Amino acid sequence: MTRQPLILRNPSVLVVLALLAVFTLAVTLLSQAYGSGVVPTSTVKILGKTLCLALAALAMDLVWGYLGILSLGQMAFFALGGYMIGQWLMYARTEAIVAAAMAGNPIPPTAQELREAVANQIFGVVGSSELPLAWAFAHSLTAQLVLVVAVPGLLALAFGWLAFRSRVNGVYLSILTQAMTLALALWLFQNDSGFRGNNGLSGLQNIPGLDGVPQATLSVWFLWASAAALALCYVLAAWLVSGKFGSVIRAIRDDETRVRFLGYPVEGFKLVVFTLAAMITAVAGALYYPQAGIINPAELMPIASIYLAVWVAIGGRGRLYGAMIGAIAVSLLSSWFTGGRAPDLPLPGYTVKWVDWWQVALGLSFVLVTLFAPKGIAGIFDRLAGVLPPRRHGRDLGPGQGALQEKEAKA
Amino acid sequence: MTCRLIALLLTLLLALPAAANPALEAVVADNLDQIEKPSRRTVGPLVAEIAATGPEGLALLSAWAGRALGLAGGRLVIVDGDGATDAVTGQPVADAEPRMLRPNSGVRGVIESALVAGEIASPDRARRAAALASIARDGTAAHLAALRSAAPEADPVLAARRDRIERLLTIRFDTDPAARVAAIQLMAGDVGLDFRAALNPLLATRRLAAAEEPQANIARELRPGSDDFPREAAVALLTAEGLIQPRLTPADQRAALAAHVAQGRVGGVPVAELSDPQARDRAYEALEAAGAVPPAATESETEAALAGTRFFEVYAEADPDVTDAARAAQRGAEWRLAAMSGIDLGLDALSLASIYFLAAIGLAITFGVMRVINMAHGEFIMMGAYTGYVTQTMIADRTLSLVVALPLAFAVTFAAGVALYRLVIRHLAHRPLETLLATFGVSIALQQLAKNIFGTQARPLTAPAWLEGAITVNDVISISSIRVAILVLAVLFLGLFLFIMKRTRLGLEVRAVTQNPGMAASMGINPDRIAMMTFGLGSGIAGIAGVAIGLFAQVTSELGQQYIVQSFMTVVVGGVGNIWGTLAGAGLIGVLSKVIESFNPSNTLAAQTFMILFIVIFIQFRPRGIIPQRGRAAEA
Repeated sequence: MTRQPLILRNPSVLVVLALLAVFTLAVTLLSQAYGSGVVPTSTVKILGKTLCLALAALAMDLVWGYLGILSLGQMAFFALGGYMIGQWLMYARTEAIVAAAMAGNPIPPTAQELREAVANQIFGVVGSSELPLAWAFAHSLTAQLVLVVAVPGLLALAFGWLAFRSRVNGVYLSILTQAMTLALALWLFQNDSGFRGNNGLSGLQNIPGLDGVPQATLSVWFLWASAAALALCYVLAAWLVSGKFGSVIRAIRDDETRVRFLGYPVEGFKLVVFTLAAMITAVAGALYYPQAGIINPAELMPIASIYLAVWVAIGGRGRLYGAMIGAIAVSLLSSWFTGGRAPDLPLPGYTVKWVDWWQVALGLSFVLVTLFAPKGIAGIFDRLAGVLPPRRHGRDLGPGQGALQEKEAKA
Repeated sequence: MTCRLIALLLTLLLALPAAANPALEAVVADNLDQIEKPSRRTVGPLVAEIAATGPEGLALLSAWAGRALGLAGGRLVIVDGDGATDAVTGQPVADAEPRMLRPNSGVRGVIESALVAGEIASPDRARRAAALASIARDGTAAHLAALRSAAPEADPVLAARRDRIERLLTIRFDTDPAARVAAIQLMAGDVGLDFRAALNPLLATRRLAAAEEPQANIARELRPGSDDFPREAAVALLTAEGLIQPRLTPADQRAALAAHVAQGRVGGVPVAELSDPQARDRAYEALEAAGAVPPAATESETEAALAGTRFFEVYAEADPDVTDAARAAQRGAEWRLAAMSGIDLGLDALSLASIYFLAAIGLAITFGVMRVINMAHGEFIMMGAYTGYVTQTMIADRTLSLVVALPLAFAVTFAAGVALYRLVIRHLAHRPLETLLATFGVSIALQQLAKNIFGTQARPLTAPAWLEGAITVNDVISISSIRVAILVLAVLFLGLFLFIMKRTRLGLEVRAVTQNPGMAASMGINPDRIAMMTFGLGSGIAGIAGVAIGLFAQVTSELGQQYIVQSFMTVVVGGVGNIWGTLAGAGLIGVLSKVIESFNPSNTLAAQTFMILFIVIFIQFRPRGIIPQRGRAAEA
């Protein structure tokens, strides 16, 4: 039997790619740099960042929606990617500035002096003037680009190997991933860990070597890059989950023990997906933080990763486009509501200020989605496409854990 | 303190009936110019003379030190508010417009110590005690003499304190080494801060470099290149003592080169080439040869100087007997100190463990029974703390409000827990990950709600007066009363929990459902009701933990967040479904955090990081916790 091409098996890929292309083109034509200027640069940046978040959500969906691991530490990889690219951005830019300043000296600086001056400039804020070991490759863009995927990838590999090997799963694993990201955040918060403590890395929006290019143009370039990365990773993820590999990881999600008994190396599959997702997330982070301009350890706090899970859950797990829709919709809505631009809602006796009440609404709507629409927004598409869950008869009778007695035999 | 003492003296003495004092008059008349322009070094005898003249003299001194002494037409007057009295006769002086004397702080120090010495003999116990406290704070050799010559102290407490102070002053100021050694040996083994502070200056050392062994109290000889005396330190010492020329630092070299740029070249080397360190060296050598810059020490010169010099650490204290005794006493004190710090650390760890236990116990119960992680648990803790705060705003009496707040917090969070169970968790049975997320939704909603209601600033939850302060054993071992109370509360809850679990019908049913829900249901137990009750119970305990935590931490909407991850860790490390597991987990985490923290007390962040890393590794070896659940229930 011949296999159908990927596109035919996943018509959604084509739709997503087309929508992305149209969106990118539209934003470009409306931007200040290349078009009419209807969309201000700040909005272009927000849209570019949102695409990066959608990419992170895509990776989260691979791990959670397809593999069944609720990782509450995804944003650690996101931020690590940002830190890695941030090192180069900050170092190279500081080096250029320091070199320009030192050119005025009567004696030209030695390489050593230049390095010391750069280190002093970067780390003076945490009371240090030496370049930590972690910055050994900061002068090289190529090395840092490799590190963007290598560091989070290795971290995920090591953590995943330790966790999967000892068969930690379910809620335990979620808590453990949360602990991992918290530990990383606390470590980065220290001044002597070599990443400028809670100051983080800043000035990342200025790309070294591109001083002549205005931010309006840069923001559009980053939007293109983010859209391209999203498109590529979407195709990759769709290819991954559509084949035999995808079947196995979905089977692991549904019943890990059975898959293991069938002879599949469950830990290997988990490790591959977990690591790949970490690397995709890191790429998203590396594209996100140059647009955000600043990164600090607060970005790694567990709450950020939980929000990522919330987006994916609202968008719909187990559907790649669902995760993207969730991330885009909820993060844009969040920034609209908490940005103070949403109009107040006057109720009799009380005026709802969205800045104060958006979190409450988000939390409650999240509970409602989990309760009543476990498939999230993607469930709507499923219903439109006529995909309905099979009515399962023949489930074991008798109460399960915490079963409702009154409904015992109705299953 | 001293100022208050002086003020007291002033008022007391001003109230005395005025009486002429010929001795004082004579002293003042002889030394008027020195009183007017005193010098710290020479004023001592004069102050002693004035103090010896009696109460009027003391009054004059205290006014002098308090800058209330003025000079009006050749007479000293004490100014008190608008009025003024003659310092010598004590008569009121009308319409004097005195020029105020402003002795500098050194002179005032001399006067004050003289005053304090006089106070030791005061008939008033409080004043004697105050004088002793003042001497203990900054004693001088003069105080030592005063203490020794003073009449015996009648009050036993003060006498003991006075003996101790006298001994400490003997160690520091006595001129007779034997007396000092005796005093040190008498106090050996004491861990008081004051004793250690008295020993430290005796054992202070400085380093010196010399060709021969110096005539001094040598602590030890140093070998350059050893661990605690690296070569750079030796070179720096040689440089500081002028035995070798300073080594040329890159900054100096650059500055020297920059000062000699001539026609784009320095010492024949083009400026553009000077970005190379070797080119800089060449240029500097050329300048050196031309005599334009001072010669810098070369490596061989440094080597020779190092080889020809011996390095010593010498005590500032000259007498070797005293330093030996001090060192022995200090070593003894260090041992006892280490042991006591260990005990103190243990107390801290115990207190932390009890807090984690209180915060985690509710989580552990619900997780054990329903396999559900309640992310809103931290918010229940916060809810309990805010309940305590609200109760306190309504009931002014702290003790009563606390007594009301504890059950009220339990009731509020019990209700919240039951509501959460009925509305959300019940419908998500069998889906633990989704429960986790749904309760997280509740958590962010509750947190924001608390922010909207109570604002973002911290609300105080004040402990009753009898819980304030600390139980102090000595300078090292102490624990605050609130922490003791929390420990007691934790123990109480452990007992209560064990009672409910082992002795009541509810506990029996909870255990049954935990072990095998299906079988329990077949036996006529309603798992739904049991789950609801345990959820309520767990949440209620969280509320009480919230009140307890609120007593020593600030109550904010993020209060729960700070404890939730630690609580999860406690549950994960301890293992579910067993109260002893939770206890072991809390104990392990509490002890470990404190021990890690004690290695580097300034860096609590690092301690937390290592703590979490340890837990991740611990899970490798005991994936189901310290006390794992066994049997079929564990497979779920």
